[in-house]
Amino acid sequence: MLTTVQDKGRYGYQRYGMPIAGAMDVFSLRLANLLVGNDENAACLETTFTGPEIHFTADGAVALTGADMGPAVNGIPVPINKTLKVTRGDTLSFSGLRNGFRTYISFAGGIDVPSVMGSRSTYLRANLGGFAGRAMVAGDELQLGETKGGIREASIPEGLIPRYQSGQTIRIISGPEVSRFTMDGIHSFLTSEYRITEKSDRMGYRLSGKSVTHTEAGADIISSGISRGTVQVPGNGQPIILMADRQSSGGYTRIACVISADLTLVAQMKPGDTIRFLEVTIDKAQEIFAERDLLLRKLS
Amino acid sequence: MEKDKLTLQYIPSGDSAFIIKAGEGISEEVNTTVRKLLVSLENWKIEGITDFIPSYNELMVCYDPTVTGYRHLLDILRACGNDIGAVELPDAFTIDVPVVYGGESGPDIQDVADHNYLLPDDVIKIHSSVIYLVYMLGFTPGFCYLGGMDKRLATPRRQAPRLKIPAGSVGIAGNQSGIYPIESPGGWHLIGKTPLQLFNPDRQPEFLFSAGDRIRFFPVTEDEFMTISEEVKKGIYNLKRIKTV
Repeated sequence: MLTTVQDKGRYGYQRYGMPIAGAMDVFSLRLANLLVGNDENAACLETTFTGPEIHFTADGAVALTGADMGPAVNGIPVPINKTLKVTRGDTLSFSGLRNGFRTYISFAGGIDVPSVMGSRSTYLRANLGGFAGRAMVAGDELQLGETKGGIREASIPEGLIPRYQSGQTIRIISGPEVSRFTMDGIHSFLTSEYRITEKSDRMGYRLSGKSVTHTEAGADIISSGISRGTVQVPGNGQPIILMADRQSSGGYTRIACVISADLTLVAQMKPGDTIRFLEVTIDKAQEIFAERDLLLRKLS
Repeated sequence: MEKDKLTLQYIPSGDSAFIIKAGEGISEEVNTTVRKLLVSLENWKIEGITDFIPSYNELMVCYDPTVTGYRHLLDILRACGNDIGAVELPDAFTIDVPVVYGGESGPDIQDVADHNYLLPDDVIKIHSSVIYLVYMLGFTPGFCYLGGMDKRLATPRRQAPRLKIPAGSVGIAGNQSGIYPIESPGGWHLIGKTPLQLFNPDRQPEFLFSAGDRIRFFPVTEDEFMTISEEVKKGIYNLKRIKTV
């Protein structure tokens, strides 16, 4: 169970090799913040696979988005994707993962940890930011920021809530080194089912399945920038989807990039899940993203 | 002889990033173009751009597609690319980096020497006689990709990488030399260690080096290493930085 403080990420320092970090599922983070009247970049908890037990020492409001981990307040089940009012002495707990993989817990006022290099996100590898640069452990106490007045109770409309399940088709855009792959390799990538392996983490998802073969030029490129959702293929032909803690640059051929709108689906995948890829145009990808963003802005 | 006109390629990376490719391979000229593009685009202050990732021969421009669509951004990038002739780069610096070579700080110096039919003292002399160019940073915060290492020191990566390489370790892998800014696993051959903190989030500037800077290593004794270490911790070390002409 990895629980860390995250916001949308640390921007402006990739040129120095500093990863963005931040929420794996930025969309769910934004929804969670909206539900408690926070700025969409307020710091929340990102919890993985299982959820922590949280005791409230003051009145407030929280919201849970992303994965459904069977939340309850004082033992009574509560809904996700909805503002929840809590009072001093309440306990939030989770009974078990039902879908997805990562839950976002927002608190009205946002989590008050120091901003490091412009962000409250935790970058674990460098012990930087978030809550003392580390994952949360039992006994930790979180301070919250000031709230902006009364909290308007809200819930996320059905149409905006993604469906998290195994076997999804993820839309991609053809990558900069697509010509470095054989026709067979590209065909495998676009028609096979891949499995998420246990070697997956906040840096990326390592997939296993039919080999995505390279031409004689091979799998190596000189270090080049990696955008979120980039799919790299090293010499072994097994694709890797790069996510929040990805290094800013890398030396493997980039075959594709997941469209922004589908990153929430990828971020909610767990080891054992299967995935397929479908190519779309950038125009289509931006259309989808813009539509969803418009719906999101209507809520705030 | 007429100089080749600059040909830039504009390649999308997903729906939220664009790559401007300045050329193929590793060369100072291509890398300078990348740096000029970065300076130029930053000055233009384009709405919707969220970050930049410069590398050896590419500049990745990250953007928010709900603020600026890709066609519109492409037009702007092209206009900027056509106009970089007049861009003036900010001053770059040559920085002297103290290194204690060999011993516990450089456990692989004998391997590097053996591989290249040299003595460890030769390795030190050659390594510290070159001025290296910082082409880019990546891999881990503050890690510099240095160019210009003398080929006589080239040594392949270690067969068995280490799980923990101390921060400040100076190493060689293949044709490259570099410094590990924070403790991390790695397969480089370690020849020395610097007391400098390449990355410190509590300091201004957080990062000692930027792309375009040059580095010169100079040997120090274990005692000097300790003294400099203390000064660095207290924030009083006098780092020698001179403007590169």
